Amino acid sequence: MPRYTGNAEAVRGLIREREVHRDVYIDEEVFQLEMDHLFANTWVYVGHDSQIPNAGDYFGTTIGSQPVLMVRHGDGAVHVLFNRCPHKGVRVTTETCGNTGKFFRCPYHAWSFKLDGSLLAIPLKKGYENTGLEESEAIKGLTPVKHVRNYRGFVFAKLNDTGLDFEEFFAGSLSSLDNMIDRSPAGRLEVAGGVLRYMHNCNWKMLVENQTDTCHPMVAHESSAGTAIDVWKNAPEGTKKPMAVEIFAPFMSSYEFFEGMGIRVWPNGHGHTGVSHSIHSDYSVIPGYFEQMSAAYGEDKAKAILDENRHNTVYFPNVMIKGPIQLLRLFKPISANKTLVESWTFRLVDAPDVLLERTLMYNRLINAPTSVVGHDDLEMYERAQEGLHVDANQWVNIQRLYSEDEKPDVTAETNGTTEWQMRNQFRAWSKFITMSM
Amino acid sequence: MTSQTALLTSPPTDQQLIDFVVSEARMIDMQRFEEWLDLFCEDGHYWMPLEWGQTDPRLTCSLMYEDRLLLKIRVERLKGNRTFSQKPKSRCHHVLQTPQVDRRDEAANLYQTWTPMHYVETRFDEQQLFAAWATHTLCVEDGRLKIKLKRVDIVNCDAAFGNIQLFM
Repeated sequence: MPRYTGNAEAVRGLIREREVHRDVYIDEEVFQLEMDHLFANTWVYVGHDSQIPNAGDYFGTTIGSQPVLMVRHGDGAVHVLFNRCPHKGVRVTTETCGNTGKFFRCPYHAWSFKLDGSLLAIPLKKGYENTGLEESEAIKGLTPVKHVRNYRGFVFAKLNDTGLDFEEFFAGSLSSLDNMIDRSPAGRLEVAGGVLRYMHNCNWKMLVENQTDTCHPMVAHESSAGTAIDVWKNAPEGTKKPMAVEIFAPFMSSYEFFEGMGIRVWPNGHGHTGVSHSIHSDYSVIPGYFEQMSAAYGEDKAKAILDENRHNTVYFPNVMIKGPIQLLRLFKPISANKTLVESWTFRLVDAPDVLLERTLMYNRLINAPTSVVGHDDLEMYERAQEGLHVDANQWVNIQRLYSEDEKPDVTAETNGTTEWQMRNQFRAWSKFITMSM
Repeated sequence: MTSQTALLTSPPTDQQLIDFVVSEARMIDMQRFEEWLDLFCEDGHYWMPLEWGQTDPRLTCSLMYEDRLLLKIRVERLKGNRTFSQKPKSRCHHVLQTPQVDRRDEAANLYQTWTPMHYVETRFDEQQLFAAWATHTLCVEDGRLKIKLKRVDIVNCDAAFGNIQLFM
């Protein structure tokens, strides 16, 4: 008996001002509604255009549960197509990424398609004469995703006509992407270093909430970051502080540090930690980098770009970026209790290689399935996924620093330990999931 | 178990290299991690590539590329009171094929072995099986064999894994 399908009121009832019902994390019916509505009505990150530099280059991924292809057209434009042959449903590409030449060719019956998805040819086509092929679904070719936007290399798509246009959806939050990109003297990023893939037995939203949860690092990561500090204390005096310790140690910063760094919320579920400073503020200077930035932007602007040290920016629904690290984490929902985390890294075009080295070290130490910080977090998510099955209390609390006059869909800066951003995400969740019900 | 009691007075034999690799795996299975750390040279590394055939640990991401400091942090963390992902603790198990000695360079004091293996890591009711090749680059320091580099290539290195908490 469906409880939520077709019942927007019941879905809205899962979200209260200060708590959310456990079914948003553990109920497969709610998960399916997320796939059908939430991930269709919002702008979801697809990939970066540096992954497909040349005409015919493609990259396969998912938007929610939908397999799609991002492909570079001959005219340079990026198209996003559903990865399903219109004939028998076969996935058209076999490799995750590659070059398909001037057209896609289905490996089953050799139907072929132009790079914009339209049907190019069918072998032995005379077999379709007088069959009404022109009225079929198949004649349309590989269905394109209609709403695609390439923002300075970052490709987002929206499956439904429902929802907001790109500018209205992201509004001021694009400043975080801008800052990450502007950190390249050339104003360009390139995907580099390989992607870390980490399977989590928990709901995707737990990961998104964790990104602006500033009351957990000094607790959950005491085992990793705390141990790193302890081990480092025993290093012989005068030893240069290694990059790894620079990365680990700030996780143990005090509550006061995190309170002071601030959180900024934006409309539609976006927000970030680290308004004034962050755990990324005190990394060593990379020789030559500031000079390159000054030459590109002028000294004042270069300084302004590099003084912005935002911690984690959440792009609702399922992306987090770290500007100062040039890192993007994508939380791909697989089922109510399973999430694939992809951690992507970027090279700042024309910047010293040491920056990419630091980016990759950060990714390896924090986001890998072999990362001790990752182990700390996943343990908590999995315990929560299990604990939420307790019937005695069916609500998850998100009321830290709540105030009655907190408005939805505003831009505001506030205390760095607030859970406003979590509430912001759930307000957006409620809005976008019910928008097409 | 056999450990290196007698100091080497001449270059290691192939059998001594093989014995070292086998006893190193046993040390991990027995969770004698502090002794295991001492098997590494001061500038030794443990490397688990992310890419098939990876050649660069610096500008290509790895699952692990750890110097002694990072390995020490891991080993200390495993013992910690507040290391919740190790409550209860993981256990592991190696099955090695006989290591093959691929390189002997006595002049450079470098020896390399290649060891296909299956590795099981378990915690709670979960048990994960990995297939991998270990490449040990060894040298002799003060009469003892030491690890300059232990490289572990997992056959599905680019797959999406859950937690891997111990050492292959």
